[in-house]
Amino acid sequence: MFKFVLVKLAQLIPTFIGVTIVAFAFIRLLPGDPILLMAGERGISPERYAQLEAQLGFDRSPIIQYFDFLANLVQGDLGTSLVTHAPVMEEFLSRFPATVELSAFALAFAIIIGLPAGVIAATRRGTSIDHTVMGISLTGYSMPIFWWGLLLIMFFSSTLGWTPVSGRISYLYFVDSVTGFMTIDTLLAGDWAAFLSALHYLILPAIVLGTIPMAVIARQTRSSMLEVLGEDYVRTARAKGLSNFRVIMVHTLRNALITVVTVIGLQVGVLLAGAILTETIFSWPGIGKWMIDAISRRDYPAVQGGLVLIAFIVMIVNLLVDVAYGIINPRIRY
Amino acid sequence: MALLEIAGLDVRFRTTSGLFPAVENADITIDKGEVLAIVGESGSGKSVSMLATMGLLPWTAQVSAEKMLFDGQELRELSSRQRRQIVGGEMSMIFQEPMSSLNPCFTVGTQIDEMLKQHRGGTRKERKERTLDLLAQVGIPDPRKRIDAYPHQLSGGMSQRVMIAMAISCNPRLLIADEPTTALDVTIQAQILDLLLQLQQEHDMALILITHDMGVVAETAQQVIVQYAGRQVERQEVKALFAHPRHPYTEALLSALPERAGDQDRLPTIPGVVPGQHNRPSGCLFNPRCRYATDHCREVEPRPASGDPARTLCHYPL
Repeated sequence: MFKFVLVKLAQLIPTFIGVTIVAFAFIRLLPGDPILLMAGERGISPERYAQLEAQLGFDRSPIIQYFDFLANLVQGDLGTSLVTHAPVMEEFLSRFPATVELSAFALAFAIIIGLPAGVIAATRRGTSIDHTVMGISLTGYSMPIFWWGLLLIMFFSSTLGWTPVSGRISYLYFVDSVTGFMTIDTLLAGDWAAFLSALHYLILPAIVLGTIPMAVIARQTRSSMLEVLGEDYVRTARAKGLSNFRVIMVHTLRNALITVVTVIGLQVGVLLAGAILTETIFSWPGIGKWMIDAISRRDYPAVQGGLVLIAFIVMIVNLLVDVAYGIINPRIRY
Repeated sequence: MALLEIAGLDVRFRTTSGLFPAVENADITIDKGEVLAIVGESGSGKSVSMLATMGLLPWTAQVSAEKMLFDGQELRELSSRQRRQIVGGEMSMIFQEPMSSLNPCFTVGTQIDEMLKQHRGGTRKERKERTLDLLAQVGIPDPRKRIDAYPHQLSGGMSQRVMIAMAISCNPRLLIADEPTTALDVTIQAQILDLLLQLQQEHDMALILITHDMGVVAETAQQVIVQYAGRQVERQEVKALFAHPRHPYTEALLSALPERAGDQDRLPTIPGVVPGQHNRPSGCLFNPRCRYATDHCREVEPRPASGDPARTLCHYPL
């Protein structure tokens, strides 16, 4: 097991190097010049431009800049933001908990709704329940996030006034940031009203972000359940006189989960990508919104650093999924 | 009173082109401690009638019968909870494909334990002792080690032994074995059959053996039902059946046995295949493959003669 994880980690290295190249090249391929953007509408004199260029190191060849970036990266230094002049790592880490919190609730929503929906659809195959569940999930899967988000804001926030439009918690509460997770910090402070407020602010963005993963999980659960239901060992379970509930929830679902877990793991990438849109819609102060701002300002160190960190997290999560896969499926042993 | 008494069993499957009769008018009676063989080619509805008895058919199946009595209780009148107490506990079944019949995600011990928990209860420790005892009974070496094995770590023969251990775990009065040796190696086949018969005698179980192997029938059964295309064409005691087959189909099956073929260069075969949904002949279902068939056979469906104990489904019993 330990050896398996080490091998997998080693295999991540080439992928990671590829990611650094893409992240480095991507922002530089975009038209626009960070120095001109910094100067704003007043413009900048050629002497000052050259001076800034030399100061930021942009006058060197891109190859040298890349290896410089890589050398710093290995030491855990992602550079300094051109806009805020704060270390990129610090900026990222201060915003990351907000994104993790949003994604975790979105994923929880997706699993709590998607998994049972898929199981019910599979056991009621061909009935109106099945068609309804699959219809809803196809709709959820096909809806663009920004449109779905605006739709929910218009209905639940504007028309009904049930949920807030943006932010993480009501301005009435002030909670010390210990973990950076608003729900955990409020609980640590023992402030129930603040905790409920944080949940209240979280629910709509989490649903918006969780809709596509929910649809994917529901469809995957349904199809793998249907496949497993036809297996001989499910007939054996019935022949043992077990209750239908036990046959479905233990013998069928346990096997169906093997593929569902893989799909859930893949959703982490989808969630982080979706978080960028969702955070923008809901003004959620996470890395998504930060990245968008950084891109629009051509903040080279922030964008390449952010991309590398996000890619790194996705790779680690996929590694964890591989490990979980071995725990769920006894036929795989490392 | 017979242990299992089924009369007039019909099973039809809903298909896109209408209802397909898989079993028609089947009668099955078995007393306690008896061994009954149901013989026939693939597609003759042998398994389907037993799956119907166990209540294991998919929802596309329509089951109807005049009688379906187990130990005097009408199975169709029981609630699903009551029926589940019988299925697994009083009558249990083992299947053709041992490798795919065990759940790959659970250890052998867990799967046997689950059966005991469902029907017997007892403490965890008692159930574990019982499981170890069962594994030893079915001839699995080193039960203490094997109890924690996953199915993929076992061979086909070992898997079938585990299935048997599970099936007999709650001392059922009826064991149904659906082609238990078909998927196994020839050398293992004999061992598994011996094991089944030995357990049948030790526990005084009734055993229904579904097979297409006449050799197996000769070695094991007391009563034999021959089934063709969903219909029972003949039923006899095993000795009488081998000595004097009444139906031409039985005769053809017997003459295909290597032991009976004598010194001929080629084994006799029955030409053609069992008719499916779209090519059912008129008259006797066996007529296209029967060497005695007449025009009468091709036009009129046979009915068993009233005085015939073998209930031969033939116009001209041999």
